[in-house]
Amino acid sequence: MSTLNQLTVAEAAAKLAKRECSSAELVAAVLASIEKHDKQVGAYLTVDAESALEQARAADAARSRGEHQPLLGVPVGVKDLLNVTGQPCTCGSKILKGYVAPYDATAVAKLRAAGAVILGRLNMDEFAMGGSTENSAYQPTRNPWDLSRVPGGSSGGSAAAVAADEALATLGSDTGGSIRQPAGFCGCVGLKPTYGRVSRYGLTAFASSLDQIGPLTKTVRDSALLLSAISGRDPHDSTSLDAPVPDYAAQLGGDLKGLRLGLPKEYFIDGLDAEVEQSVRAAVDQCRALGAEIVEISLPHSKYAVAVYYIIATAEASANLARFDGVRYGLRVDGEDPIDQYGKTRAAGFGQEVKRRIILGTYVLSSGYHDAYYLRAQKVRTLIRRDFETAFQKCDAILTPVAPTAAYKLGEQINDPLKMYLGDIFTIPVNLAGICGVSVPCGFTSEKLPVGLHIVGPALREDVILKVGHAYEQATPWHLRKPEISSQKAE
Amino acid sequence: MNFEANVGLEVHVQLRTKTKIFCGCPTTFGAPPNTHVCPVCLGYPGAMPAMNSEAIRLTVLSGLMLGCKINPYSKMDRKNYYYPDMPKNYQISQYDQPLCLGGGIEITRPDGSKKTIRLTRIHIEEDVGKNMHFAASSGIDFNRAGTPLMEIVTEPDMAGADEAMAFLEALKEILAYGGISDVNLEEGNMRCDVNSSVRPVGQAQLGTKTELKNMNTFKGVHRALSYEIARQIADVEKGQRIRQETRRWDDAAGITLTMRSKEEAHDYRYFPEPDLLPIVLSQAQIDEWAKVLPELPEKRRARMMADYGIPEYDAGVLAADQDIANYFEATAKLAKSAKAASNWIMTTVLAKLTELHLTIGEVKITPAQLAGLINLVEAKTINMPTAKEVFELMFAQGGDAAAIVQAKGLAQVSDTGAIEKFVDEAIAANAKTVADYKGGKEAALKSLIGQVMKLSKGKANPGLVNDLLKQKLS
Ligand SMILES: [Zn+2]
Repeated sequence: MSTLNQLTVAEAAAKLAKRECSSAELVAAVLASIEKHDKQVGAYLTVDAESALEQARAADAARSRGEHQPLLGVPVGVKDLLNVTGQPCTCGSKILKGYVAPYDATAVAKLRAAGAVILGRLNMDEFAMGGSTENSAYQPTRNPWDLSRVPGGSSGGSAAAVAADEALATLGSDTGGSIRQPAGFCGCVGLKPTYGRVSRYGLTAFASSLDQIGPLTKTVRDSALLLSAISGRDPHDSTSLDAPVPDYAAQLGGDLKGLRLGLPKEYFIDGLDAEVEQSVRAAVDQCRALGAEIVEISLPHSKYAVAVYYIIATAEASANLARFDGVRYGLRVDGEDPIDQYGKTRAAGFGQEVKRRIILGTYVLSSGYHDAYYLRAQKVRTLIRRDFETAFQKCDAILTPVAPTAAYKLGEQINDPLKMYLGDIFTIPVNLAGICGVSVPCGFTSEKLPVGLHIVGPALREDVILKVGHAYEQATPWHLRKPEISSQKAE
Repeated sequence: MNFEANVGLEVHVQLRTKTKIFCGCPTTFGAPPNTHVCPVCLGYPGAMPAMNSEAIRLTVLSGLMLGCKINPYSKMDRKNYYYPDMPKNYQISQYDQPLCLGGGIEITRPDGSKKTIRLTRIHIEEDVGKNMHFAASSGIDFNRAGTPLMEIVTEPDMAGADEAMAFLEALKEILAYGGISDVNLEEGNMRCDVNSSVRPVGQAQLGTKTELKNMNTFKGVHRALSYEIARQIADVEKGQRIRQETRRWDDAAGITLTMRSKEEAHDYRYFPEPDLLPIVLSQAQIDEWAKVLPELPEKRRARMMADYGIPEYDAGVLAADQDIANYFEATAKLAKSAKAASNWIMTTVLAKLTELHLTIGEVKITPAQLAGLINLVEAKTINMPTAKEVFELMFAQGGDAAAIVQAKGLAQVSDTGAIEKFVDEAIAANAKTVADYKGGKEAALKSLIGQVMKLSKGKANPGLVNDLLKQKLS
């Protein structure tokens, strides 16, 4: 069996360009890896091998015609809430069982335009609600570093597939940390772009004012490559930003001289695992060694971020998920009348956590509570955003842990939603502020579990956080380590 | 005790756009069910709305025509409720920051007096689909889902069914004038909810109101409102309290019935639509749109009376339709008599349009040609009967009146010598009639005039004939 599946996107693209391998060979290697490991990992919900190989052959044919798009022939997996024409799109939910997407999400269309092969659909917490991928209605996904542990979530499948070399790169979505936290748990790079950098058209909405699509990759360079491919203004998404899309990968390199990196004094909290803190502090030192100036900053309203998030996100979700009623697509459980049908369909189709959030969101918007919860949360959201604006006058990027702990055991937190919610305490403020953040591997715990460094930047300064992440990554060995499952030799 | 009614309307008007409000699907009426749909208007997972700016322009234009304040900043909101014809189970509408505020419409009451009905607001929103019920099942046609609507909300300023009707007629006329909507009631272009309450005359506080939902004909509004107001007055007189509730009109039975009480009312859980940006309008943009603002029908009537000296009745008939008013003004400017132009259009032209189901735009006679015809009559080149004949020819094939008159030899004979010959002939051939006239029978003169006209093949100038006959018989 070949080891082409272990390549990074940049390496694969170079090999393909030099005709050292074909896209068909590359895709076959990835498919073989999925075949071999995914029974244990459970990253994929569906893999259409036939279609992937067909796209790969088409990419090879295109190359022999002289085409040379940046991702030509590179396979990319997508989270199960992105619409891909002709494929299922269940969002990890039973309620969308049987739904076949009639269109491509803009990010998917852009990947195709860049030459990528769309590989398969990755497991997730139902409707992106959760931090462990245990809320998938179909299967748990296991952390490739320790199969008894969760991969994080909600983009757990997207992270686990990259970590296990079952994909070169994947797309996920991040509403409160759903790309960065699983990337941290699985030891890969996960980027949440600025709100509006990537079109949300075709991304099944969880919380529209917070959702962003982003890449999960083996290296910072790969995230830069994918970000350039999927970014840009889209007339189908009014909230997408009309800002030029730089060649992010071309801007990587160099040390961190002249950059000021902020450490929020409020973020090194009580619940922070000692080993995680140690790794992050070591990473801060490394950045200093690379020439960065470390400054203390304050983000005083971040302590309200989780509460604000669970009001705004659930309010938006309660409306976004109202369309799943069994009338036009997906699961339908017949009832006496339409309202009865809705009740029965939604009772049977949604899982526990989704129901919990719909009820919470409906409540905070109800007349009599709307002002006390929803309106107040919006005001605090503004304060959180201002905190960052003030902080970025003192620094170019901010360093924090990605999550308070490394990956926990399956089942450990599933019955304690509040504890699980607090797991996103460092990532949620970034979504509320609409800015960008990236998770980069920064070490391992004594149990050999990856730890992530969270680099946060101002709106549309993905170039800055990618530069910091890349310099740090190149100076450290973490990204080169592979979980045992992936380094098992092929027989 | 004497009661008065207070009526307010919420009128939903379909805006005249080519495509739906948030997607590129066409708004054409009458297509087979579910053929004008896409992921956006079907509420598919991941689909997002994109605002149709034409819907905003038409609504702002309406606001300007109706004297509203245009909000420089407004936003879209989600109105949440479950219904099978609503693809997303929320409607994208405007809650607390609508596009237009205030304004008013002047109506004419049945007694001829004028009254202004104040508007509260105008906002835009998307329409829903249409439920269809069959013998053993139900279906939904989503072709209409996502059609742009403008909702016009009035203050409770109308005193009853007649004023409500007058308001709707006036509104319809204005919207047609502005090209805002096709205002085709059969196709559901205008539908309204009717709020009404009654109170003893002299009481300051409004009575408890009821709402009649989804009325789609003006006649229906009139009947339902007449019934509902009478019902409320009768109930109050019996000492019963009016319940705040939503009612529906049973057209066959001619009564209104309870649909749901206040307690069962929806909690719409409005919140700002996160998928759409706020609507920010600069004054420059509003001014640009205002450039094509048409004159309101009411103003136009007054101006036409002043400019052309035509009676109020004529102005009312002609200004009711913008295209006809334009046709009249173009004709009147070229015609020697504006009143003659008004008469021709009100009677002859409009009768033709009705008879042949044509619009004024389809008529072959141009205003210049009609003015030419009128001027031939004014110059006494042809008389009225001839003019009618020429009009028929022009209507069928167009053409210049003078040319037709010349080609067909229809010019009126005003040559006294020629007419005198016909007069003498008539007198000679009708001795009995002449004797009758001389004996005092005035009517006999008419008969003699008729004879002369016959002899002249209709071309003699009737005035000259009259004068000559009188002169010869005196
Ligand atoms: Zn559509």
